[in-house]
Amino acid sequence: MAYFIPTAAEDVAPAEVAEVDLYHPKSFVTKYVFSQDAKVIAIQYAFTAIAIGLVALVLSWLMRLQLGFPDTFSFISAEAYYQFITMHGMIMVIYLLTALFLGGFGNYLIPLMVGARDMVFPYVNMLSYWVYLLAVLVLVASLFVPGGPTGAGWTLYPPQAILSGTPGSDGGIVLMLVSLALFIVGFTMGGLNYVVTVLQARTRGMSLMRMPLTVWGIFVATILALLAFPALFVGAVMMTLDRILGTSFFMPAIVELGEQLNYDGGSPLLFQHLFWFFGHPEVYIVALPGFGIVSDLLATHARRNIFGYRMMVWAIVIIGGLSFVVWAHHMYVSGMNPYFGFFFATTTLIIAVPTALKVYNWVLTLWRGNIHLTLPMLFAIAFIVTFVNGGITGLFLGNAVVDVPLSDTMFVVAHFHMVMGVAPILVIFGAIYHWYPKITGRMLNETLGQIHFWVTFIGAYSIFLPLHYLGLLGVPRRYYEMGETGFIPPSAHTLNGFVSIVALTVGVAQMVFLFNIVWSAYKGKKAGSNPWRATTLEWQTPETPPGHGNWGPELPVVYRWAYDYSVPGAKEDFIPQNVPPDKVAIEDGHKGLYGAAVQPAE
Amino acid sequence: MSLFRQLIEKPWQAGRGRRADLPNGSAFSIPTPTVGLRFLLAVVTVLFSLLVVAYGDRMALSDWRPLPEPALLWLNTVVLMFSSLAWYWACINARRGDPDGVKLGLLAGGGSAIAFLIGQYWAWQQMIALGYYAESNPANAFFYLVTAAHGLHLVGGLVAWGRTASKVWSGEDVAKVRLSVELCAVYWHFLLVVWLILFALLLFT
Repeated sequence: MAYFIPTAAEDVAPAEVAEVDLYHPKSFVTKYVFSQDAKVIAIQYAFTAIAIGLVALVLSWLMRLQLGFPDTFSFISAEAYYQFITMHGMIMVIYLLTALFLGGFGNYLIPLMVGARDMVFPYVNMLSYWVYLLAVLVLVASLFVPGGPTGAGWTLYPPQAILSGTPGSDGGIVLMLVSLALFIVGFTMGGLNYVVTVLQARTRGMSLMRMPLTVWGIFVATILALLAFPALFVGAVMMTLDRILGTSFFMPAIVELGEQLNYDGGSPLLFQHLFWFFGHPEVYIVALPGFGIVSDLLATHARRNIFGYRMMVWAIVIIGGLSFVVWAHHMYVSGMNPYFGFFFATTTLIIAVPTALKVYNWVLTLWRGNIHLTLPMLFAIAFIVTFVNGGITGLFLGNAVVDVPLSDTMFVVAHFHMVMGVAPILVIFGAIYHWYPKITGRMLNETLGQIHFWVTFIGAYSIFLPLHYLGLLGVPRRYYEMGETGFIPPSAHTLNGFVSIVALTVGVAQMVFLFNIVWSAYKGKKAGSNPWRATTLEWQTPETPPGHGNWGPELPVVYRWAYDYSVPGAKEDFIPQNVPPDKVAIEDGHKGLYGAAVQPAE
Repeated sequence: MSLFRQLIEKPWQAGRGRRADLPNGSAFSIPTPTVGLRFLLAVVTVLFSLLVVAYGDRMALSDWRPLPEPALLWLNTVVLMFSSLAWYWACINARRGDPDGVKLGLLAGGGSAIAFLIGQYWAWQQMIALGYYAESNPANAFFYLVTAAHGLHLVGGLVAWGRTASKVWSGEDVAKVRLSVELCAVYWHFLLVVWLILFALLLFT
C-alpha cells in the first residue's frame, strides 16, 4: 500500500475545532496582573509557589537545627517543631510541587508544545491563579492566628488534629483546611484548562502520540488531580465541621484531660482512607510531570529520540490508573483489616513495573547517545540516580510485613524525600535551566549553575542517605528530640548533626540559584530562539520570548513526532516538528532520511 | 480516529497514513466547552460518590438515628424537576432560534432554582427548630452536609445562568448562545439526578 506523506500544510486536514478566541489585553492590569495569557499566569504561579516554597525551606532548616543540635535553640519548642513539620510538608507537597508542576510548567508549556495560542478557557485559567493565591494567603494567615499554625502533621490525622493537645487547634487547623479547600477549587479550574487544551486545542498534525512526554506527564497528572482532589476536599470539609460545629464524622468518643468530650461514633480511619485516596495519587501528580520533563531533557541533551516512546506514554497512563488502587499502603499499621494490606501490597508492587520500565528507557536513551553534559542533562541524570534510590526503598516499604518495623521511622522520611523531595526538585531545576532561555531570551550563568548543581546533588544525597540508616536503627520520625533513648547510639546523634550542617549548606546553594535567576534576566548571555537545538514546538516560535498569541499570524503545522534527533541521513542532528518532509536538509551523499529514497506521493 | 487507535499510533514513522487519517488536532469532535463540562461533571461525580460512600460507611454504626425528612423536601424536589423542564424548554427554543422562548426558559429555570435553594434553606430552619442540630447525630450532620454540597453546586450553576442570561438579554444572536444554554441545561439535569440520588439516600436510611 502506498503511503501518503504530507509535504505541505494543505495536506493535513483542517482543524475541526475553531481557534481559541484570544483575549487582547489593553491595560497594564489586564496584561500583567489579571492576565488571561497562560504564559503570564505560569510565571505568577511559579513566583508564588517558589516564594511559599522558600518559607517551607526555612522551616526545614529550623527542623534540622533542632534535630541536629537538640537543647541548643530554646525558641524551638516541641509545639513549634510540630508546626514546622506540618507546614513544611503541606507547603512543599501541595503549594510548591503541585502548583509549580501543573500551574507553572503546565500553563507555560502546554499551549506552546501543542501549538495552541493559549489555554481553551483563559478567563477561568486567570481565576484559578487568584484562587490559588488566596489559598496561599489563607495558609500564611494561619501563621499569625493565636495558637499559630496547625501542628497535626501534613497528614492532619484526626482526632488529634482538632484536639487541644495539638498546636494550632484553635484557628490554625481551620485555616489550613479552608486553604486546602480553596486550593482544590482553584486547581479544578486550572486542571480543566490543561486537560481540555491537550485534548482539543492541538495544532494541525499534532496527534496525541506526537506530543512531547512533558505534555503527557502533565496531562495525566492533571487527570489524577481532578479525580483525587475531591477526596481531600470531602475530608477537609468534614474535619472543619467536626471542629467548628462539633459533628462526629471522624471523632470517636474521647476523653481529653479527664473530661469526656461531646463527640461520639466517628471514624478516624475514614479520614485516613479519604486522605490517602487523595494522597497517593498526589505523589504521582508530583512525579508524573517530572517523568515527562526528564524524558524531554534527556532526549534533547543526548541528541537521541527517547527510547520506547509508546511504552513511555502507556507507562504514564498505567501508572496514573494504578495510582488509585494503592492508597492503603500508607495505612498498613493503622489497624485496618490485614487482608487489605495483602491486596494493597500486591498493587503497590505491580505499580513498580511500569515505573521501572521508564527508568530502563531513560538509561537506554542515554546509551550510545551524543551526551552533552549541560546543566539540564546533569540534573536529569541526577534525577535518575536519586529516583532509583528512592524507588527501591519504596519497594521495601510497599511490603506490609517489612513496613511494620519501618513505619514511622526515619526510613520513611528518607524514602519520600528521595522520591518527592530530591528527585522532582532536581527535575524542576533542570527544567528551569532548560526553559529559562525560552522564557527570558537569556541563558542562566554556567558557573553559578555548576556550583548550584554539585552542592545540591551531593548535598541532598548526604542529607537523605544517612536517614535510611537511622530509620533501620529505629529512630522515630516526627519526634522533637531523641533524648537518652537506649537503642540510639551516640553516633546517630553525631550523624544527625552532620546532616543538619549539610542541609544548611544545600540551603545556601539555593540562594546561589535564586541570585542566578535574577542576575541572568538582565546580564545573562543572549540565547537566540533555540539554543539547545531542540525539536519541540515551543522552541520554534517566531519571537523569543513568545509574543501574544505565541505563533504570529499562522499556527504551525506538525509533520513528525517530537524526537527526530540524530536522524540518519539528515544534515542537522535535529529536525523540528514543524519542518515539512520536503524541506528537511539531507546530508551530502545521502539519498534521503533513514537511507531511503524519498517516497513518492499517493 | 477513536481514542484507542490514536494511542497505538507509531509516531516515529513520520507523516505516513491515508490522507483522511492525518490528524487535525482534536481528540473529540464535540465543541470544546462541552468537553470541559464533561470533565467538570466527572469531578463532581467523584465528589458526591465519596459523600455517598462516607454516608454508607457511617450509617453502619450503632449511634445512627435516621431523621424524619420534612415534607418540604418533596416540594423542593418537584421545584427542581420543574427547573430542569424549564431548561429543556430553553434548549428547544435555542435550537429553533426563538429568543423569546429562550428568555422564558431561562427565567423559569433560574427562578425555580432560586426557589429550590430558598426551600432547602427553609427545610434547614424547620429541622433546627425541631431540634435536629448538626452535632447531635451523624445522620443530622450528613443531612446538612449533602444538602449544602448540592446547594453550593447549584449556586455555581446560577453563576453560569447569569452569564448566559446577560448574553441573551443583551440581544446576542440565539445561535451563538445556544451552546451556553445547552451546557447549562446539561448541568441542571445532572444536579437533578444527583439530588434524586441524595434524596433517596436520605429517605431510605
